[in-house]
Amino acid sequence: MEKFILKYFNLIRVAIAILIGIIISVCIIYIISKEPGISLKSLFLGPLLSKSRFGNFIETASPIIFCGLAIAIPFQAGQFNIGAEGALFIGAVVGTAFGVSTSMPAFLHIPLVLLVAGLTGAFWGFIPGFLKAKWNTSELVISLMLNYVAYFIGLYLINFHFRDKAAGYLVSYKLPETAWLVQFIPGTRIHVGVIISLGFAVLVYYFLYHTTLGYEIRTSGFNINFARFGGINVFKVIIIAQVIGGFIAAIGGMTEVMGVHRRFNWQLSPGYGWDGVVVAIIGRNNPLLIILSSLFLAYLRVGGRILNLLSDIPSEMITVIQSIIILLITAEAFLANWKYKITVREAKAKEVGNEPST
Amino acid sequence: MNPLLKSILSPQFVFAIIRVTTPLLFAAIGVAISVLSGSINIGLEGIMLISAFFGVIISAFTGSLVLALIGGILVGIGMGALLGYFHLKLKADIIIAAIALNMFASGITIFFLYIFTHDKGTSSSVKSLIFPSLQIPIIKEIPILGEIISGHNVLTYFALVSVALFYYLIYKTSLGLRIRAVGQNPDAAESVGVNINKIKLYSLLLSGFFGSLGGLYLSMGYVSWFSRDMTAGRGFIAIAAAALGGNFPLGTFLGALFFGIVNAIAIYIAPLEIPSEFIHSLPYFVTVVALAVYSIRLSRRKKILSKKEEI
Repeated sequence: MEKFILKYFNLIRVAIAILIGIIISVCIIYIISKEPGISLKSLFLGPLLSKSRFGNFIETASPIIFCGLAIAIPFQAGQFNIGAEGALFIGAVVGTAFGVSTSMPAFLHIPLVLLVAGLTGAFWGFIPGFLKAKWNTSELVISLMLNYVAYFIGLYLINFHFRDKAAGYLVSYKLPETAWLVQFIPGTRIHVGVIISLGFAVLVYYFLYHTTLGYEIRTSGFNINFARFGGINVFKVIIIAQVIGGFIAAIGGMTEVMGVHRRFNWQLSPGYGWDGVVVAIIGRNNPLLIILSSLFLAYLRVGGRILNLLSDIPSEMITVIQSIIILLITAEAFLANWKYKITVREAKAKEVGNEPST
Repeated sequence: MNPLLKSILSPQFVFAIIRVTTPLLFAAIGVAISVLSGSINIGLEGIMLISAFFGVIISAFTGSLVLALIGGILVGIGMGALLGYFHLKLKADIIIAAIALNMFASGITIFFLYIFTHDKGTSSSVKSLIFPSLQIPIIKEIPILGEIISGHNVLTYFALVSVALFYYLIYKTSLGLRIRAVGQNPDAAESVGVNINKIKLYSLLLSGFFGSLGGLYLSMGYVSWFSRDMTAGRGFIAIAAAALGGNFPLGTFLGALFFGIVNAIAIYIAPLEIPSEFIHSLPYFVTVVALAVYSIRLSRRKKILSKKEEI
């Protein structure tokens, strides 16, 4: 048992952090809700209770997976680029603009729209990447600022050039059907983008752990001086990690537009980029674990929405809970004492076990 | 004369600059103090937000401005303490911990806003008090200058005093000396018996203190209500402002003033035929350019210095 704990210590730590988050939310519900039973049920079982809600849960996870990957790659390179939100927004705007103003057969249209969105996002990742690599400008602040720039420029483009005036509110023209991603499970909005996101997770895993560039990215993140002395072109690595991140985030935004709404309809920045930070940290920047952490967050998110609808508790409780979970996971000393005690006990047990033979 | 030029040259415009600079200045001082001790606090966004919220709520429910001030400041310092606890004691990465705290602040303020007012947007259904404006006698009578300098919110004057306080703290007190020592060379500081963690904690608490004043000004001076995520990135712009000023007191002031001017221009050219989206993106765009230019100059200077050393 103790060996098991030591081996999977990191995962167990994450699990305990999540458990604490859940316990806190249960406490909050009991304190505030007038009908705690119904509230608890809608939060924790809600997403499973009907087909459309389950669909909601899966479809919500998809952009979060994309953004988690988009954040994890620069994080692995030691770059605090948190610009996934901006890349996703501006990518989806430009992709939509391209989609509504061109017409071609679907087998060309879908990949081209995705590519245009992705390249826009890649450019959005390139700016902080280049500034950091060349002049050591803080990529954190630059990517934050660019999120706001992306938001306002995106709104301008939609509002003044691609706005569907027939609709009563600020949305773009509808994409032609050739640029739609199919919703393939009747009764839900689960679309092909979900599968693309899983594909990207596998690709990114392969890229990070089984290619030279991936190795260079991880090494630069681990110790940049070591990487430099080892002959890795750190300049290139810093830029590429952020360019790929921007590319993936934008694809995530675009698949959401093509698969769910079929037109650009975000008046507020959707916040997936910040969710990406959350799932990347919970998943320890590992693409396969990011799938799991995204599903977890999407489940809570949908549960939170149902909770908001059916009871007296605002869905922002989920934001509070996720911030607590991140704090606990990122706190290295959290449970470190426990690990230390087990390690010592294990070592002592070994000594005792070895004594008779010596 | 061009009407735009006329309005920009008016005393009201300078007055507006001072008004929009106030929250940035408080936050920038908060960031600068934390950077000087070597642990950057990017949680000012959350600190301002949570203080802005509790100031409004406390004043609405108790009717006391003093309690609102004390409460708002304590919450802000509490956020600084929380960040310090997680970073210094539990060894969390300070950037990720601060991101989490920003998220926490955004969530918890909307959560309680809904609990207290059954509204998720603004607190307009409860009546918040505001901090008074000060008319300065004599100066008030001077034409132009009086219009610019007199009649500001009391917190605005305190923001200006804070620059002096910041200077005094950093250069004239032993705590300031220790903060700088810990920031520049923690090992050397430790070797002469300075408790690094304690000093860093103090600087984070101070950071929370100044941030909380910025938040209180936003919701109880700049406007008289709380609205969700009302800080709108000011805590992040403050990081850029402090960085532009090299995190020194006067530089931080000038950095904040620079962004104040950009913001005020954005407000003043709003009636023109320029799409408002462009104007709103201006301060953020300028931050990117300014920060890039600043770091280019910094890296050139470093190159020259290292060349000199080689010679």
